[in-house]
Amino acid sequence: MAGGAERILRRRIKSVQSTKKITKAMELIAASRILKAQQRVNAARPYSEQITEVIRNLAAAGAGGGSALLQPRDEISTVAFVAVAGDRGLCGGYNTTVIRTVEREMARLKAEGRQTRLITVGKKATGYFRFRGFEIDDAFVGFSDEPTYEDARLVADAVVQRFEAGEYDAVEICYTQFISSGVQRVQLERFMPLETDLLDAAPKAEGPTADYEFEPSPGEILDRLLPRYAEARLYAALLEGSASFFAAQQRAMKSATDNAEELITKLSRIMNRARQDAITTEIMEIVSGAEALRGGQSGSSDLLADNALDVAIIGPSSLIRN
Amino acid sequence: MTLHIEVVSPERILWTGDADRVIARTTGGGEIAFLTGHTPFVGALDIGTVRVHGEDGTEEIIAVHGGFVEVSKDRVTVLSDVAEVASMIDIERARSAAERAENSLRSEQNVQADAALRRARVRIEASTASVSAGR
Repeated sequence: MAGGAERILRRRIKSVQSTKKITKAMELIAASRILKAQQRVNAARPYSEQITEVIRNLAAAGAGGGSALLQPRDEISTVAFVAVAGDRGLCGGYNTTVIRTVEREMARLKAEGRQTRLITVGKKATGYFRFRGFEIDDAFVGFSDEPTYEDARLVADAVVQRFEAGEYDAVEICYTQFISSGVQRVQLERFMPLETDLLDAAPKAEGPTADYEFEPSPGEILDRLLPRYAEARLYAALLEGSASFFAAQQRAMKSATDNAEELITKLSRIMNRARQDAITTEIMEIVSGAEALRGGQSGSSDLLADNALDVAIIGPSSLIRN
Repeated sequence: MTLHIEVVSPERILWTGDADRVIARTTGGGEIAFLTGHTPFVGALDIGTVRVHGEDGTEEIIAVHGGFVEVSKDRVTVLSDVAEVASMIDIERARSAAERAENSLRSEQNVQADAALRRARVRIEASTASVSAGR
């Protein structure tokens, strides 16, 4: 039935329209939160810059050698991965790119005969790896939208503890770097041992300005400082991740809204055609009905039949030609 | 010549300003004062107050719960996970926190409660010192 098709189409358009409303709202919310997340990234920068500066000064003063967090292990047999993804979906490829990067790297290391371990941040990464039977050492969820320093500290402490205990020989962190709201890049970086090139390069660069006084000794300060530095780096990764998440979500929701709009136009065209078809069919039925009536009663001058015929031929026929 | 002070927490810059003199307490050996022209210095901070004396005689007191201080070229940078400017401290809350920590310490020895008590005391100290300084 033609009228039935029209009704179904009308219902579909309505449902697409309400989906569009939702995606549009999500797009706007994500857009406003990109800015806030970006501000948090920028606000956290002075601290990590300063702490790096202090470490450099300490290194120039000859501290360093002893710390477990800096010492590269002779043999790297176990590598841990920290996968920083989101708690929520509807964000395009944001979660999957991180997950895939980690999974590929883990497979590569396994092929080399090394052990891999996994620490996940965010519900999506946790769920993915758990479902596929990966063993997860630690999973952190519930703060990917607005990570606080406290959250970063929890994650960093867990990683540092296991690293210091010798469970891991190296730790890699995978997160999404926020370059602009248009560009985000997945980064896979060495998290631990902390890069030593920072320390090696320092004395040459700093030169004579390195005559700092220390209280307590440089080595002791460095021991206190390095865990903070690890936390600050992890915090930065979480913040970059959350900014990237909102950027990815905004983009995904924008294209969803655009698609919905396109679908609505397409469906309305189909619906209009269906309606027109229904009208045409109805007219044809009337015309042929009248025609049949006249054929059956030829000769007799029925006023009613004549009138019906006039309407049928003059009015609708012009409609059909159009 | 003045000292430029920056108090930086991991989440943001908490406070910046200029001052004549800054007094902090390091873990190693008690209080240390910085004036302009101080030799470059890096120190680990104890849980305590950082007192900033402005040029016009005002005093700003900041409670820091551990952290680091770096001094170079008349810039003092305080890096601290948790730092609070005295005017922003909720004294009632600090008092009740101190009380709670004291109670839990009375029943059992507990590192966390001990640290909480020390933090609360520093807050109270910073806040009351700043009030008595006429702010």
